[in-house]
Amino acid sequence: MPKITYIDSTGERRTIDVEKSLTVMEGAVQNQIPGIDADCGGGMACATCHVYVKEEWLNKLPKAEDAEQDMIDMAFEPKKNSRLSCQLIVSDELDGLVVTTPSKQT
Amino acid sequence: MIKTDVIIVGAGPVGLFAVHQLGIKGLKSEVIDNLDKAGGQCIELYPDKPIYDIAGIPECTGEELTKNLLNQIKPFKTNFHFNERVQEIKNEGDNWIVKTSKNKVFSSPNIIIAGGVGSFEPRKLSVKNAEKYEDKNIFYSITKKNKFSGKKISIFGGGDSALDWALELSKIAKVTLIHRREEFRGAPHTLSELKKEGKVDIKTKYQLSSIEGNENIQSISLKNDDGKEIKIQTDYILSFFGLIMKLGPISEWGLNMDKKTIKVNTENFETNKKGIFAIGDICTYPGKLKLILSGFHEGALASVECFKRARPNEKYKFEFTTSSKEIQARLGVKNK
Repeated sequence: MPKITYIDSTGERRTIDVEKSLTVMEGAVQNQIPGIDADCGGGMACATCHVYVKEEWLNKLPKAEDAEQDMIDMAFEPKKNSRLSCQLIVSDELDGLVVTTPSKQT
Repeated sequence: MIKTDVIIVGAGPVGLFAVHQLGIKGLKSEVIDNLDKAGGQCIELYPDKPIYDIAGIPECTGEELTKNLLNQIKPFKTNFHFNERVQEIKNEGDNWIVKTSKNKVFSSPNIIIAGGVGSFEPRKLSVKNAEKYEDKNIFYSITKKNKFSGKKISIFGGGDSALDWALELSKIAKVTLIHRREEFRGAPHTLSELKKEGKVDIKTKYQLSSIEGNENIQSISLKNDDGKEIKIQTDYILSFFGLIMKLGPISEWGLNMDKKTIKVNTENFETNKKGIFAIGDICTYPGKLKLILSGFHEGALASVECFKRARPNEKYKFEFTTSSKEIQARLGVKNK
Protein backbone atom coordinates (compact mmCIF):
# COMPACT_ATOMS: atom_id res chain seq x y z
CA MET A 1 0.00 0.00 0.00
CA PRO A 2 1.24 3.53 -0.69
CA LYS A 3 2.72 5.34 2.28
CA ILE A 4 1.50 8.81 3.08
CA THR A 5 3.20 11.02 5.65
CA TYR A 6 1.21 13.59 7.58
CA ILE A 7 3.19 16.20 9.51
CA ASP A 8 1.21 18.22 12.02
CA SER A 9 1.84 21.88 12.79
CA THR A 10 4.12 20.97 15.72
CA GLY A 11 6.33 18.96 13.37
CA GLU A 12 5.23 15.49 14.46
CA ARG A 13 5.36 13.01 11.57
CA ARG A 14 2.98 10.13 11.09
CA THR A 15 3.51 7.77 8.19
CA ILE A 16 0.75 5.32 7.40
CA ASP A 17 -0.21 2.87 4.70
CA VAL A 18 -3.26 4.14 2.87
CA GLU A 19 -5.30 1.88 0.68
CA LYS A 20 -5.28 2.82 -2.98
CA SER A 21 -8.30 4.81 -4.23
CA LEU A 22 -8.96 6.31 -0.82
CA THR A 23 -8.31 10.04 -0.59
CA VAL A 24 -5.50 11.52 1.47
CA MET A 25 -8.29 12.97 3.64
CA GLU A 26 -9.91 9.57 4.20
CA GLY A 27 -6.52 8.06 5.00
CA ALA A 28 -6.15 10.60 7.80
CA VAL A 29 -9.68 10.39 9.16
CA GLN A 30 -9.80 6.58 9.16
CA ASN A 31 -6.47 6.37 10.95
CA GLN A 32 -7.18 9.03 13.58
CA ILE A 33 -4.55 11.40 12.19
CA PRO A 34 -5.20 14.76 13.85
CA GLY A 35 -5.30 18.06 11.98
CA ILE A 36 -7.81 17.19 9.28
CA ASP A 37 -11.46 17.93 10.13
CA ALA A 38 -13.23 17.15 6.83
CA ASP A 39 -16.53 18.59 8.05
CA CYS A 40 -18.37 18.08 4.78
CA GLY A 41 -17.11 14.52 4.36
CA GLY A 42 -15.30 14.99 1.06
CA GLY A 43 -17.79 17.10 -0.90
CA MET A 44 -15.27 19.87 -1.60
CA ALA A 45 -17.60 22.17 0.24
CA CYS A 46 -15.86 23.20 3.46
CA ALA A 47 -12.05 23.49 3.11
CA THR A 48 -11.42 21.84 6.48
CA CYS A 49 -9.22 19.08 5.05
CA HIS A 50 -6.71 21.67 3.86
CA VAL A 51 -3.07 20.54 3.69
CA TYR A 52 0.23 21.92 2.47
CA VAL A 53 1.89 19.61 -0.02
CA LYS A 54 5.65 19.27 0.15
CA GLU A 55 7.14 21.36 -2.68
CA GLU A 56 8.71 18.49 -4.60
CA TRP A 57 5.31 16.80 -4.78
CA LEU A 58 3.38 19.79 -6.00
CA ASN A 59 3.94 19.18 -9.72
CA LYS A 60 3.48 15.43 -9.46
CA LEU A 61 -0.13 15.76 -8.35
CA PRO A 62 -3.08 16.21 -10.68
CA LYS A 63 -3.74 19.93 -10.93
CA ALA A 64 -6.42 21.41 -8.66
CA GLU A 65 -9.71 22.13 -10.40
CA ASP A 66 -11.14 25.65 -10.24
CA ALA A 67 -13.70 24.53 -7.69
CA GLU A 68 -10.92 23.28 -5.43
CA GLN A 69 -9.04 26.58 -5.76
CA ASP A 70 -12.28 28.41 -4.97
CA MET A 71 -12.59 26.47 -1.72
CA ILE A 72 -8.92 26.95 -0.87
CA ASP A 73 -9.61 30.71 -0.96
CA MET A 74 -11.59 30.14 2.19
CA ALA A 75 -9.15 27.83 3.94
CA PHE A 76 -7.16 28.85 6.98
CA GLU A 77 -3.91 30.50 5.82
CA PRO A 78 -3.71 29.21 2.26
CA LYS A 79 -0.34 29.09 0.52
CA LYS A 80 0.94 28.30 -2.97
CA ASN A 81 1.22 24.62 -2.04
CA SER A 82 -2.26 24.38 -0.53
CA ARG A 83 -4.52 21.50 -1.55
CA LEU A 84 -7.69 19.94 -0.25
CA SER A 85 -6.78 16.43 0.85
CA CYS A 86 -10.24 15.14 -0.13
CA GLN A 87 -9.26 15.73 -3.76
CA LEU A 88 -5.99 13.78 -3.63
CA ILE A 89 -6.63 10.17 -4.53
CA VAL A 90 -4.04 7.74 -3.25
CA SER A 91 -2.32 5.68 -5.93
CA ASP A 92 1.10 4.12 -6.53
CA GLU A 93 2.18 7.46 -7.99
CA LEU A 94 1.46 9.11 -4.65
CA ASP A 95 3.52 6.59 -2.65
CA GLY A 96 5.72 8.64 -0.32
CA LEU A 97 3.62 11.81 -0.46
CA VAL A 98 4.25 14.19 2.42
CA VAL A 99 1.64 16.70 3.53
CA THR A 100 1.65 19.17 6.40
CA THR A 101 -1.54 20.11 8.19
CA PRO A 102 -2.14 23.76 9.12
CA SER A 103 -2.19 24.85 12.77
CA LYS A 104 -5.97 24.78 12.56
CA GLN A 105 -8.65 24.19 9.97
CA THR A 106 -11.07 27.01 10.83
CA MET B 1 -41.73 31.29 27.04
CA ILE B 2 -42.72 29.07 24.13
CA LYS B 3 -44.05 25.67 25.18
CA THR B 4 -43.95 22.85 22.69
CA ASP B 5 -43.78 19.07 22.40
CA VAL B 6 -40.39 19.03 20.71
CA ILE B 7 -37.63 21.55 20.06
CA ILE B 8 -35.71 20.74 16.90
CA VAL B 9 -32.23 22.22 16.60
CA GLY B 10 -31.36 22.47 12.92
CA ALA B 11 -33.55 23.01 9.86
CA GLY B 12 -31.63 20.79 7.46
CA PRO B 13 -33.33 17.92 5.63
CA VAL B 14 -33.24 15.65 8.66
CA GLY B 15 -34.66 18.27 11.01
CA LEU B 16 -37.42 19.01 8.49
CA PHE B 17 -38.41 15.37 8.13
CA ALA B 18 -38.43 15.00 11.91
CA VAL B 19 -41.14 17.70 11.92
CA HIS B 20 -43.13 15.37 9.66
CA GLN B 21 -42.64 12.27 11.75
CA LEU B 22 -43.61 14.16 14.89
CA GLY B 23 -46.46 15.92 13.12
CA ILE B 24 -48.21 12.76 11.99
CA LYS B 25 -48.10 11.59 15.60
CA GLY B 26 -49.87 14.79 16.60
CA LEU B 27 -46.80 16.43 18.13
CA LYS B 28 -46.01 20.09 17.67
CA SER B 29 -42.44 21.18 17.13
CA GLU B 30 -40.49 24.44 17.00
CA VAL B 31 -37.40 24.58 14.80
CA ILE B 32 -34.35 26.72 15.54
CA ASP B 33 -31.56 27.34 13.03
CA ASN B 34 -28.67 29.77 12.85
CA LEU B 35 -29.07 30.27 9.11
CA ASP B 36 -31.66 32.61 7.63
CA LYS B 37 -33.57 29.83 5.88
CA ALA B 38 -34.30 26.12 5.92
CA GLY B 39 -32.13 23.52 4.21
CA GLY B 40 -28.90 23.40 6.18
CA GLN B 41 -25.91 22.04 4.26
CA CYS B 42 -28.20 21.21 1.30
CA ILE B 43 -28.83 24.90 0.78
CA GLU B 44 -25.66 26.41 2.11
CA LEU B 45 -23.02 24.08 0.71
CA TYR B 46 -24.45 22.43 -2.38
CA PRO B 47 -27.82 23.91 -3.47
CA ASP B 48 -27.18 23.06 -7.14
CA LYS B 49 -25.44 19.72 -6.76
CA PRO B 50 -27.66 16.76 -7.62
CA ILE B 51 -28.29 14.13 -4.94
CA TYR B 52 -28.89 10.61 -6.24
CA ASP B 53 -29.62 8.59 -3.13
CA ILE B 54 -32.92 9.79 -1.77
CA ALA B 55 -35.22 6.77 -1.89
CA GLY B 56 -37.78 7.10 -4.65
CA ILE B 57 -36.22 10.26 -6.08
CA PRO B 58 -33.69 9.35 -8.78
CA GLU B 59 -32.17 12.82 -8.84
CA CYS B 60 -32.77 16.13 -7.09
CA THR B 61 -30.72 19.12 -5.98
CA GLY B 62 -30.29 20.22 -2.39
CA GLU B 63 -32.58 23.12 -3.10
CA GLU B 64 -35.33 20.93 -4.57
CA LEU B 65 -35.12 18.47 -1.71
CA THR B 66 -35.50 21.31 0.79
CA LYS B 67 -38.46 22.73 -1.10
CA ASN B 68 -40.17 19.34 -1.21
CA LEU B 69 -39.58 18.69 2.47
CA LEU B 70 -41.00 22.11 3.35
CA ASN B 71 -44.04 21.26 1.23
CA GLN B 72 -44.41 17.93 2.95
CA ILE B 73 -44.54 19.53 6.41
CA LYS B 74 -46.77 22.43 5.45
CA PRO B 75 -49.87 20.88 7.12
CA PHE B 76 -48.18 21.08 10.51
CA LYS B 77 -47.75 24.89 10.41
CA THR B 78 -44.44 24.67 12.20
CA ASN B 79 -42.75 27.76 13.60
CA PHE B 80 -39.21 28.36 12.42
CA HIS B 81 -36.79 30.51 14.39
CA PHE B 82 -34.07 31.49 11.96
CA ASN B 83 -30.88 33.43 12.60
CA GLU B 84 -30.86 32.06 16.12
CA ARG B 85 -28.50 29.68 17.77
CA VAL B 86 -29.38 27.56 20.76
CA GLN B 87 -27.21 28.88 23.54
CA GLU B 88 -28.08 27.24 26.85
CA ILE B 89 -30.16 24.36 28.05
CA LYS B 90 -31.21 23.45 31.54
CA ASN B 91 -33.30 20.81 33.15
CA GLU B 92 -36.55 21.66 34.95
CA GLY B 93 -38.36 18.57 36.13
CA ASP B 94 -39.17 16.51 33.07
CA ASN B 95 -38.71 19.50 30.79
CA TRP B 96 -35.81 21.14 29.07
CA ILE B 97 -35.53 24.91 29.01
CA VAL B 98 -33.74 26.19 25.95
CA LYS B 99 -32.44 29.72 25.49
CA THR B 100 -31.35 31.08 22.12
CA SER B 101 -28.83 33.72 21.10
CA LYS B 102 -31.75 36.14 20.75
CA ASN B 103 -32.88 35.37 24.31
CA LYS B 104 -35.97 33.48 23.21
CA VAL B 105 -36.90 30.84 25.77
CA PHE B 106 -38.50 27.49 24.99
CA SER B 107 -39.79 24.74 27.24
CA SER B 108 -40.27 21.16 26.09
CA PRO B 109 -39.89 17.57 27.27
CA ASN B 110 -37.89 16.82 24.11
CA ILE B 111 -34.98 18.31 22.21
CA ILE B 112 -33.97 16.77 18.91
CA ILE B 113 -30.52 17.89 17.80
CA ALA B 114 -30.35 17.68 14.02
CA GLY B 115 -27.46 20.06 13.79
CA GLY B 116 -25.32 18.47 11.07
CA VAL B 117 -21.73 19.46 11.72
CA GLY B 118 -22.80 22.48 13.72
CA SER B 119 -24.17 25.90 13.05
CA PHE B 120 -22.97 27.96 10.14
CA GLU B 121 -20.91 30.96 11.12
CA PRO B 122 -18.76 33.37 9.15
CA ARG B 123 -15.16 32.31 8.80
CA LYS B 124 -13.13 34.76 10.82
CA LEU B 125 -9.80 36.40 10.08
CA SER B 126 -6.95 34.56 11.72
CA VAL B 127 -4.53 37.39 12.52
CA LYS B 128 -4.10 37.68 16.23
CA ASN B 129 -5.74 41.00 17.07
CA ALA B 130 -8.68 40.59 14.68
CA GLU B 131 -11.02 39.64 17.50
CA LYS B 132 -10.36 42.91 19.33
CA TYR B 133 -11.75 44.92 16.40
CA GLU B 134 -14.63 42.61 15.54
CA ASP B 135 -17.98 44.43 15.21
CA LYS B 136 -16.10 47.71 15.60
CA ASN B 137 -13.75 47.94 12.63
CA ILE B 138 -14.03 44.41 11.28
CA PHE B 139 -17.26 43.02 9.88
CA TYR B 140 -18.19 39.64 8.43
CA SER B 141 -21.55 40.82 7.17
CA ILE B 142 -23.05 44.23 6.53
CA THR B 143 -26.29 45.53 7.95
CA LYS B 144 -25.91 49.30 7.62
CA LYS B 145 -23.69 50.48 4.83
CA ASN B 146 -23.95 54.18 5.70
CA LYS B 147 -21.31 53.97 8.39
CA PHE B 148 -18.73 53.30 5.65
CA SER B 149 -19.46 56.54 3.86
CA GLY B 150 -16.26 58.47 3.11
CA LYS B 151 -14.09 55.87 4.86
CA LYS B 152 -11.19 53.70 3.76
CA ILE B 153 -12.41 50.13 3.42
CA SER B 154 -10.39 46.98 2.83
CA ILE B 155 -12.44 44.08 1.52
CA PHE B 156 -11.10 40.53 1.60
CA GLY B 157 -12.35 37.61 -0.47
CA GLY B 158 -12.84 36.44 -4.03
CA GLY B 159 -16.50 35.48 -4.11
CA ASP B 160 -19.70 37.32 -4.93
CA SER B 161 -20.07 38.92 -1.49
CA ALA B 162 -16.63 40.51 -1.77
CA LEU B 163 -17.16 41.67 -5.37
CA ASP B 164 -20.72 42.92 -4.83
CA TRP B 165 -19.83 44.91 -1.74
CA ALA B 166 -16.67 46.28 -3.34
CA LEU B 167 -18.78 47.62 -6.21
CA GLU B 168 -21.55 48.91 -3.97
CA LEU B 169 -19.31 50.60 -1.40
CA SER B 170 -17.03 52.12 -4.04
CA LYS B 171 -19.88 54.58 -4.65
CA ILE B 172 -19.56 56.01 -1.14
CA ALA B 173 -16.09 55.04 0.09
CA LYS B 174 -12.48 54.38 -0.90
CA VAL B 175 -12.31 50.65 -1.40
CA THR B 176 -9.38 48.25 -1.69
CA LEU B 177 -10.21 44.69 -2.69
CA ILE B 178 -7.70 42.06 -1.64
CA HIS B 179 -7.62 38.48 -2.88
CA ARG B 180 -5.03 35.71 -2.67
CA ARG B 181 -4.91 34.89 -6.39
CA GLU B 182 -5.63 36.42 -9.81
CA GLU B 183 -8.81 34.43 -10.39
CA PHE B 184 -12.02 35.40 -8.64
CA ARG B 185 -14.77 32.90 -8.08
CA GLY B 186 -17.41 35.63 -8.03
CA ALA B 187 -19.44 36.59 -11.10
CA PRO B 188 -17.10 37.68 -13.94
CA HIS B 189 -19.42 40.53 -14.94
CA THR B 190 -19.16 42.12 -11.49
CA LEU B 191 -15.40 41.94 -11.74
CA SER B 192 -15.34 43.53 -15.19
CA GLU B 193 -17.71 46.24 -13.98
CA LEU B 194 -15.37 46.88 -11.04
CA LYS B 195 -12.42 47.19 -13.40
CA LYS B 196 -14.37 49.42 -15.79
CA GLU B 197 -15.47 51.78 -13.03
CA GLY B 198 -11.86 51.87 -11.91
CA LYS B 199 -12.70 53.15 -8.46
CA VAL B 200 -11.64 50.06 -6.55
CA ASP B 201 -7.98 49.36 -5.96
CA ILE B 202 -7.69 45.61 -6.62
CA LYS B 203 -4.75 43.86 -5.00
CA THR B 204 -4.41 40.24 -5.99
CA LYS B 205 -1.94 37.63 -4.73
CA TYR B 206 -1.94 39.36 -1.37
CA GLN B 207 -3.10 38.16 2.00
CA LEU B 208 -3.56 39.91 5.33
CA SER B 209 -0.48 39.63 7.53
CA SER B 210 -1.21 42.07 10.36
CA ILE B 211 -3.50 44.79 11.64
CA GLU B 212 -2.12 47.96 13.19
CA GLY B 213 -4.04 50.33 15.41
CA ASN B 214 -4.95 51.30 18.94
CA GLU B 215 -8.59 51.92 19.79
CA ASN B 216 -9.43 51.67 16.12
CA ILE B 217 -7.69 50.13 13.15
CA GLN B 218 -5.27 52.53 11.46
CA SER B 219 -3.65 50.37 8.81
CA ILE B 220 -3.19 46.82 7.65
CA SER B 221 -0.20 45.00 6.23
CA LEU B 222 -0.50 42.66 3.28
CA LYS B 223 1.98 40.05 2.19
CA ASN B 224 2.26 38.36 -1.18
CA ASP B 225 3.55 34.89 -1.97
CA ASP B 226 7.11 36.17 -2.45
CA GLY B 227 7.13 37.76 0.99
CA LYS B 228 6.77 41.33 -0.27
CA GLU B 229 4.87 43.42 2.25
CA ILE B 230 2.78 46.55 1.75
CA LYS B 231 0.88 48.69 4.20
CA ILE B 232 -2.43 50.38 3.48
CA GLN B 233 -4.40 52.88 5.53
CA THR B 234 -7.70 51.38 6.59
CA ASP B 235 -10.66 52.34 8.71
CA TYR B 236 -12.71 49.22 8.22
CA ILE B 237 -12.07 45.63 7.19
CA LEU B 238 -14.80 43.58 5.55
CA SER B 239 -14.01 39.90 5.30
CA PHE B 240 -15.97 37.46 3.15
CA PHE B 241 -14.53 33.98 3.41
CA GLY B 242 -17.80 32.12 3.47
CA LEU B 243 -19.29 30.12 6.27
CA ILE B 244 -17.84 27.47 8.50
CA MET B 245 -19.67 24.94 10.63
CA LYS B 246 -19.09 25.18 14.36
CA LEU B 247 -20.55 22.85 16.93
CA GLY B 248 -20.70 25.74 19.39
CA PRO B 249 -22.42 25.46 22.78
CA ILE B 250 -23.77 21.92 22.12
CA SER B 251 -20.37 20.58 23.11
CA GLU B 252 -20.90 21.98 26.61
CA TRP B 253 -24.23 20.31 27.33
CA GLY B 254 -22.73 17.27 29.01
CA LEU B 255 -23.63 14.91 26.18
CA ASN B 256 -21.49 11.87 25.44
CA MET B 257 -19.39 12.99 22.52
CA ASP B 258 -17.11 11.31 20.04
CA LYS B 259 -15.06 14.14 18.55
CA LYS B 260 -17.67 16.41 16.94
CA THR B 261 -20.53 13.88 17.04
CA ILE B 262 -22.97 12.85 19.75
CA LYS B 263 -23.31 9.24 20.85
CA VAL B 264 -26.82 7.84 20.75
CA ASN B 265 -28.49 4.48 21.18
CA THR B 266 -30.05 3.12 18.02
CA GLU B 267 -33.37 2.22 19.59
CA ASN B 268 -34.65 5.77 19.85
CA PHE B 269 -31.63 7.96 19.11
CA GLU B 270 -31.63 9.35 22.61
CA THR B 271 -28.34 10.68 23.98
CA ASN B 272 -27.09 10.02 27.50
CA LYS B 273 -29.56 12.69 28.64
CA LYS B 274 -33.23 11.72 28.84
CA GLY B 275 -35.28 13.67 26.34
CA ILE B 276 -32.33 14.87 24.28
CA PHE B 277 -32.02 13.13 20.94
CA ALA B 278 -29.49 13.46 18.15
CA ILE B 279 -30.21 12.54 14.53
CA GLY B 280 -28.53 13.04 11.17
CA ASP B 281 -24.86 13.79 10.63
CA ILE B 282 -24.38 14.95 14.21
CA CYS B 283 -25.11 11.57 15.80
CA THR B 284 -22.86 8.56 15.93
CA TYR B 285 -23.30 4.85 16.67
CA PRO B 286 -21.68 1.66 15.42
CA GLY B 287 -22.08 1.52 11.65
CA LYS B 288 -23.32 5.10 11.29
CA LEU B 289 -23.53 6.39 7.72
CA LYS B 290 -23.67 10.13 7.16
CA LEU B 291 -26.47 9.96 4.62
CA ILE B 292 -29.66 11.98 4.43
CA LEU B 293 -31.67 8.77 4.17
CA SER B 294 -30.20 7.51 7.46
CA GLY B 295 -31.22 10.75 9.11
CA PHE B 296 -34.82 10.26 8.00
CA HIS B 297 -34.92 6.85 9.67
CA GLU B 298 -33.28 8.20 12.80
CA GLY B 299 -35.89 10.95 13.06
CA ALA B 300 -38.73 8.46 12.71
CA LEU B 301 -37.46 6.38 15.62
CA ALA B 302 -36.70 9.41 17.78
CA SER B 303 -40.24 10.70 17.22
CA VAL B 304 -41.70 7.63 18.92
CA GLU B 305 -39.80 8.25 22.14
CA CYS B 306 -40.66 11.95 21.90
CA PHE B 307 -44.32 10.96 21.78
CA LYS B 308 -43.99 8.84 24.91
CA ARG B 309 -42.38 11.73 26.79
CA ALA B 310 -44.75 14.40 25.50
CA ARG B 311 -47.91 12.31 26.06
CA PRO B 312 -47.08 10.16 29.09
CA ASN B 313 -50.76 9.35 29.64
CA GLU B 314 -51.46 8.15 26.11
CA LYS B 315 -50.50 4.86 24.60
CA TYR B 316 -48.33 5.03 21.49
CA LYS B 317 -49.97 3.37 18.55
CA PHE B 318 -48.03 2.56 15.40
CA GLU B 319 -50.01 3.56 12.31
CA PHE B 320 -49.58 3.77 8.56
CA THR B 321 -50.22 6.97 6.61
CA THR B 322 -52.07 4.89 4.00
CA SER B 323 -54.74 3.73 6.41
CA SER B 324 -54.84 5.95 9.49
CA LYS B 325 -57.73 8.40 9.38
CA GLU B 326 -56.12 10.30 12.25
CA ILE B 327 -52.84 10.80 10.40
CA GLN B 328 -54.67 11.77 7.24
CA ALA B 329 -56.65 14.36 9.18
CA ARG B 330 -53.41 15.79 10.54
CA LEU B 331 -52.06 15.95 7.01
CA GLY B 332 -55.23 17.69 5.89
CA VAL B 333 -56.08 14.89 3.46
CA LYS B 334 -59.61 15.22 2.10
CA ASN B 335 -61.36 11.88 2.07
CA LYS B 336 -62.28 10.88 -1.42
